[in-house]
Amino acid sequence: MSTVTTLTPKPQAELKAQVNALNFYYGDFQALKNIDFPVERNQVTALIGPSGCGKSTFLRCFNRMHDLYPNMRYEGEILLYPDAVNIVSPQVDPIEVRMRIAMVFQKPNPFPKSIYENVAYGLRVRGERKKDVIDEKVEEALRDAALWDEAKDRLNDLAFNLSGGQQQRLCIARALATDPEILLFDEPTSALDPIATARIEELVSELKERVTILIVTHNMQQAARVSAYTAFMYIGQLIEFDDTKKIFTNPSSKLTEEYITGRFG
Amino acid sequence: MPADSLTVADGSPDAHLQAVRHLIARHKTLDWLFGLLGVAALMFAMLVFAMLFGQMLVNGFPHLSWDFFTSFPSRRAASAGILSAWVGTILVMLVTAVVAVPLGVGAGIYLEEYAPKNLLTDIIEINVTNLAGVPSIIYGLLALALFVYQFGLGQSIAAAGLTLALLILPVVIVATREAIRTIPQQIREGAYACGATKWQVVAHHIVPYSLPGIMTGVIIGLARAIGETAPIITIGALTFIAFLPPSPFGNPGHLISFDWLTAPFTVMPIQMFNWISRPEAAFQANAAAAGLVLVVMTLSMNAIAIWIRYHFRKRIKW
Repeated sequence: MSTVTTLTPKPQAELKAQVNALNFYYGDFQALKNIDFPVERNQVTALIGPSGCGKSTFLRCFNRMHDLYPNMRYEGEILLYPDAVNIVSPQVDPIEVRMRIAMVFQKPNPFPKSIYENVAYGLRVRGERKKDVIDEKVEEALRDAALWDEAKDRLNDLAFNLSGGQQQRLCIARALATDPEILLFDEPTSALDPIATARIEELVSELKERVTILIVTHNMQQAARVSAYTAFMYIGQLIEFDDTKKIFTNPSSKLTEEYITGRFG
Repeated sequence: MPADSLTVADGSPDAHLQAVRHLIARHKTLDWLFGLLGVAALMFAMLVFAMLFGQMLVNGFPHLSWDFFTSFPSRRAASAGILSAWVGTILVMLVTAVVAVPLGVGAGIYLEEYAPKNLLTDIIEINVTNLAGVPSIIYGLLALALFVYQFGLGQSIAAAGLTLALLILPVVIVATREAIRTIPQQIREGAYACGATKWQVVAHHIVPYSLPGIMTGVIIGLARAIGETAPIITIGALTFIAFLPPSPFGNPGHLISFDWLTAPFTVMPIQMFNWISRPEAAFQANAAAAGLVLVVMTLSMNAIAIWIRYHFRKRIKW
């Protein structure tokens, strides 16, 4: 089955990444089937679909998280622009990919270190030693993650003392501190209350000025609110990819329509 | 259904309800009986320990004095002390810790974080767990052949320390692995997602976060080793020794000297064993006093382990 879309292809200059015929296997099980899809620069692209459709699996290809586990295999390519390097190629070091593409996880996962050290971690990994450089980057990242005002007087507090929503914004700051090219969000609000969720959504919309964003969500309103493009996935396949407005008002595929109207999922 | 619908018109509970109440009462008797049994079992264990400890306290306490700690063993019970024994114990424990901690922690980290999950690592895993159950005298025999003769270490502190290190290695490995396993996978993923290498994840996260658990395991291992007698006898510790190993400090020309490693030695349980096997009652009392010191050493090590666990668990909750 080929993906339905009404979009005209964008010129490469506007793309941050292009997925071409991507297959992914856990052992003999094929979790992703022949996915093609563009990621536009400085836009938010949402991935929706029922549980187990492969949307998280797909997202985790972008920072090669699967490489931490045995018996998996990528086929096809994810070209990262401007240099058009295929980031799922075995010749490309996953650590290099993770240095360019950051991730925010489903459950806030701050390290049991201070707020400051959490944000500084990516810089330390990259061998940054100058304190003034790190100080500046930490402040900038915390500001961009809308956490600076709450955290500036307690930078040396343990991150675990923050609330769940604050912890998730800390994780966003940690991801932003190293100026990633793409920021991946894997259901970032599923463990948060509605107010914390609203703040994260607001943040995602603001951040697209700085970084290209891919967000997996099982909350369709969230996809509608934050994204410019939406991809609907079902059993490892990309069923439809289109303007978010088009997907939610006038989907081309019957399956997409049934999903967004709540008939399954 | 309201409760009173179970009662008949005149207000007395009906037969069904009475049967249910009877059943509950019978089940509760079982509850109570098992509770009693549990308390009895606990009391028995506590009582036996209390009696042993009490007896040792009564016999040994009057002999505890400054001189007891600063005197060498002697043919006369009254002037005999445990100087060479406690110095020997501390030095042997030092060697044991210095050898067992890096080896055990390194092996534990490798098995958890680096080793692929296959048949070979499964076999290694089972063997490590089994090693913890091997009788300690077997380690003594192995050490006699390997360290004492093959390596030519002789009947020395180094040989004893290595033997006990071997003995507690499985304990340290298992404790390390268990401590590492409590670290949630999403912490690892978070660190890798920042671009960390495996070694950076281990050094910045895995080791610091599992350190309390590792330290607890090390201390419990050492507390076990401190009372070990059989393997130490097997490799030939002296039972009567009236001199100390050469001091590591203050030697002319060397800042730190390692001559003490090859010195003959005795340890606390051996000293006790020696005194107990003598016919005179006064020596029995000395043995009780030495036992008291040994028990206090072990219990305080366990107390430190409990404190570490409690103190750090308050800080890190996943």
